[in-house]
Amino acid sequence: MNRGTLTILNVLAVAALGLFIWWAQGSLDGYKIQILNLIAVNIILALSLNLIYGFTGMFSLGHAGFMAIGAYVCSILILTPDQKDTLFIIGGAAQWVQDAQAPFVVATLAGGLVAALFGFIIGFPLLRLGDDYLGIATLGFAEIVRVAATNMTSVTNGALGFKGIPAYANLWWNFGWCVVTLYVIVRLLKSNTGNVLKAIRDDETAAKAMGVNVFRMKLLSFTVGSFFAGIGGALLASLLTTIDPKMFLFTLTFNVLMIVVTGGLGSLTGSVLAGIGITVLLEWLRVVENPVFIGDFELAGIPGMRMVVFSLALIVVILFRREGLMGMREFSWQAVGSKLGLGGKPGSGKGGLAQ
Amino acid sequence: MNKDIVLETTGLTMRFGGLTAVSGFSAALPKGSITGLIGPNGAGKTTCFNMITGFYKPTEGRNVFMGRELTGLPPHEVCRAGIARTFQNIRLFGNETVLENVMIGSYVRQRSSWLASVFCLPSAFREDKAIRERSLQLLDVVGLAHLENEQASSLPYGAQRRLEIARALATRPSLLLLDEPAAGMNPQETQDLIGFIRQIRDQFDLTVLLIEHDMKLVMEICEHMWVLDYGVTIAEGAPAAIQSNPKVIEAYLGEEYACDA
Repeated sequence: MNRGTLTILNVLAVAALGLFIWWAQGSLDGYKIQILNLIAVNIILALSLNLIYGFTGMFSLGHAGFMAIGAYVCSILILTPDQKDTLFIIGGAAQWVQDAQAPFVVATLAGGLVAALFGFIIGFPLLRLGDDYLGIATLGFAEIVRVAATNMTSVTNGALGFKGIPAYANLWWNFGWCVVTLYVIVRLLKSNTGNVLKAIRDDETAAKAMGVNVFRMKLLSFTVGSFFAGIGGALLASLLTTIDPKMFLFTLTFNVLMIVVTGGLGSLTGSVLAGIGITVLLEWLRVVENPVFIGDFELAGIPGMRMVVFSLALIVVILFRREGLMGMREFSWQAVGSKLGLGGKPGSGKGGLAQ
Repeated sequence: MNKDIVLETTGLTMRFGGLTAVSGFSAALPKGSITGLIGPNGAGKTTCFNMITGFYKPTEGRNVFMGRELTGLPPHEVCRAGIARTFQNIRLFGNETVLENVMIGSYVRQRSSWLASVFCLPSAFREDKAIRERSLQLLDVVGLAHLENEQASSLPYGAQRRLEIARALATRPSLLLLDEPAAGMNPQETQDLIGFIRQIRDQFDLTVLLIEHDMKLVMEICEHMWVLDYGVTIAEGAPAAIQSNPKVIEAYLGEEYACDA
């Protein structure tokens, strides 16, 4: 298949997504729409972590930190001055926080950019570390962000956080950003730069010998990853309309990591599928927490039971399919074409949407 | 300095704590030559490679490549300057395809940035296409063109060695360092390798420095060689002279054999 055909197919896929959103917005109830929104945000987060961990091989546990930065920056920019007056009950807001105002799209971008800036700055000392050490250090960074958010009362309103953040993040915004994220990361990974990132993951020493400035490339991948983590955080803030420092605990990073690992480290397709699957599953498993009736007996529901079931499911996945759902394989139109007998050349393409 | 000398090292010394791995290695490689670096196990040959390519910063000594001081530069700068290498234990990018491995080698000469590809600039497409075509040509040279879409780690051993050479060639080097290229090859393959090294030397205008244990290969292909033993250069010269040098025989076979020579 030539590039023209692929572009048409990709445009059709995006159009189909658009139609679906249009239909969903009109016909689905609020609960289902909220799940769809969460799916989009989780996919953005999973893609960005997969770029850092799955494709460049940097074990980073700092995602919650970048999300927090994106969420706070975005919230400060979209909360109205009146809202800020009522929110900051202890000591009032710093003047620049009080004055900061921007439309939602600018606020989201700003959230991503500030997160990327932090990623860039902490990348300088941290990315010289290998494997597990990098994990510990980035975990420490996320924790610092959380503690800072708790204590910088005049900027973040401390432990009280923000409430009543305008809920601009509807299906269109979330899935729009989701498509942008997928597009940018697919383009990046399909270029020769993407090959180089994967080379660093496979063998850093050999990459150096091939003239790759390993540190610079790691910094690039880490910064782009932090940018989209910030975007995800910003969307999440507007979606949930409430944020506080407790939301950005390590468990948030863990949720994203879970999606990435289940989908397959090094597979964007896997991240998308697992983003959908796990988000849906987490909601659907709520039935196990409901009371169960056996005849006239009522077994009281156990709160938290779904996390037990879910963790068991995760253990099963890791035991029997360690490389995740997709391993390192990707969706491609060529593969679909050859399956349907349209004569496409199989195996010659990686990456879906933006091929 | 003679301008036909591609690489000149003076007194390269590498100490790890109290251990001197290489001491005072001085060599000059004339343009277009094939030079051998031999010695028993642990003599410090690979350490020399690592000092030349920037993986180790030499404790003492200098490293001048085409009139440019390279001592202390990081590996990627050395590669950019025009020195490429292969590894003793093959180090391919195992999860990538054969073609991608060679394309990664081209990256050091690539001009368009990743942003150009994200924004779909025509220049990025053109360069990507050019790199792809050149990589395919290189695969053709090493005889792996038909395997372009195979995963690198799935190749048989000999093909992996050739792929590593293709990847090194993709960086457009003037000096190619080969670390035991014939390791694990049978006599026929070794014989093919000799022709192959000469062919790429001529085709890509290279100077070659190689570490090798296979004496047949070394004696046949090298115009000049250096012999290391316990980090010290014990001999240098043409293959014939090296073969009858008592010090070399002693290092390889022991003292009693040296007396007979």
